[in-house]
Amino acid sequence: MTLLNAQEISVRYGSLAALDGVDLCVHDGQRHALIGPNGAGKTTLLNVIGGSTRPQRGTVRFDGRDVGRLGPGARARRGINRIHQRPAVFPTLTATENVVVAALPRVIARRRWWPGGRRRAAQHLAGPLLEQMGLTAVAAEPAGHLAHGQRRQLEIAMALAGRPRLLLLDEPASGLSAIEVGRLVELLQALPRAVAVLLVEHRLDLVYALSDTVTVLRDGQTLAAGTPDEIRTSPLVRQAYADGVA
Amino acid sequence: MSGEVIRRARGAVAALVLAGLVVAPWVVDDYTTALLARTLALALVGVSVALLTGVAGLPTLGQTAPYAAGAYACAVVGSRISDVGVVQLVVAAGAGALLAALTVPLVVHARGVIVLMITLAIGELVVTVLGRWRSVTGGTDGLAGIPAVRPFWGLPALASDQARYLYALVVVATLIGVVLVLLRTRAGLVLRAGRDDETRLRASGHRVALHLSGAHIAAGAIAGAAGSLLVVAQQYISPADFGFDTSALLLLGVVIGGTASVGGALVGAALVIAVRDWLFGVLPGYAPLVLGALFVATVYLLPTGVTRARGRLRPPAAPAHQPTAAEQATVPELRR
Repeated sequence: MTLLNAQEISVRYGSLAALDGVDLCVHDGQRHALIGPNGAGKTTLLNVIGGSTRPQRGTVRFDGRDVGRLGPGARARRGINRIHQRPAVFPTLTATENVVVAALPRVIARRRWWPGGRRRAAQHLAGPLLEQMGLTAVAAEPAGHLAHGQRRQLEIAMALAGRPRLLLLDEPASGLSAIEVGRLVELLQALPRAVAVLLVEHRLDLVYALSDTVTVLRDGQTLAAGTPDEIRTSPLVRQAYADGVA
Repeated sequence: MSGEVIRRARGAVAALVLAGLVVAPWVVDDYTTALLARTLALALVGVSVALLTGVAGLPTLGQTAPYAAGAYACAVVGSRISDVGVVQLVVAAGAGALLAALTVPLVVHARGVIVLMITLAIGELVVTVLGRWRSVTGGTDGLAGIPAVRPFWGLPALASDQARYLYALVVVATLIGVVLVLLRTRAGLVLRAGRDDETRLRASGHRVALHLSGAHIAAGAIAGAAGSLLVVAQQYISPADFGFDTSALLLLGVVIGGTASVGGALVGAALVIAVRDWLFGVLPGYAPLVLGALFVATVYLLPTGVTRARGRLRPPAAPAHQPTAAEQATVPELRR
């Protein structure tokens, strides 16, 4: 079933067309990757879907509803969560508090009329998520004290705490060591299938390991779309990546 | 020193200060007792400034507006309707909250210096209205002869400076306790998160403007309650009590004490009043100079305030968590 349907998306910055009539469809539970050379429009498309950039043309429908006029917060409440290129955490809050804050908007509202009920429910959610990310030992540490890789893991825990239906990942491996990337791949592969993933990543080994569908952008337009194997062997894509990285 | 030791030391200092404040009226003269009562009122406004500036991230020069609204509402009620302290306190807090609610659209969508300018304008507008609305406020002459308050129905009126001071102390201690409890709730957590990274908070699905509005109104209620204490303490008010110099002193005090803590706001307010009112007698004409020097020294040497000076005076403590061998092996960047 189609979860996200972006059609005819166009974004211009002055005379530069960052996106020019791009279509993108993500289904429930799908792992979809966006690749392309620098300046292809990958992050701009992620911004449009996340709500931080308003396209000049085109529609974005999520779960059958037009979300084009909604900001990032309203989209997050509907189930679109994002992980940024630079881990965005609350540095003076502990790791647990970070997850609690992220969980609050979508935590089960049944206990909301009890004083502190929602926070307690969010705290119950935080423990297992931090454990899943391997952050239990630093749960009481301020997030600002954590290493880059741990902050990335914390951000994933925060995104999952919001119970997303679509997770937008913007170069999640950026700045991570090889070992941390390995850990990240494990974490992302273990994500529940109820969560669809839209991944923007330069590292093609990561893309092929994590995705079941790949869309290639070049100069703001869709160049190709298909399974990782189809993309890997596509002459068009090989030409786009002129050095033959694919 | 570990965090636990520091927390205990802070608790001990707070208990000592509270004990000192309780016995103060039997130790100092009536003038100082009355001054202490006024200081408590200002310290409570300082708490509201710290709540907005340090916790919600909205630096303000306009908390004198709800402070004045609360004081005048209390004075009018005290003169014409009821001399019961609880009634006056509720009316004053309500007036402060109402004024803050009316100014929410102006304040919560702005940030940084713009908030300072807007709140400064609101404070000045309120002082102008107080000076011109003679039928209610008495104009620039103010309102005098406000009857002494009785805390509850059936209790005697507070006729002495000592009694009024102790009433103010009980109210301030209670309200600060409420603020401290609220800061530990979900609302306090979300406000602190917003101060760290508002965009991230919004991206998590939180309605940031709603949270800031709540904080603004709560701070207005606290400032309004403080206005009631000012009326109780001096039984006279005029627009001069709520001018720009009071706003500036409050922000100055909160910055000196440390914007991120209630204790800092109290220490800052006490320091500022001490320098302004006590030093006035010792070094006539030099009190503003001393305050300015204190402010510059604090911002330069202790940017987080005197009550949060540890991080500046000592090298930062190592993270409490020591990685296991397995963690060190798998996360080599952890100990960079």
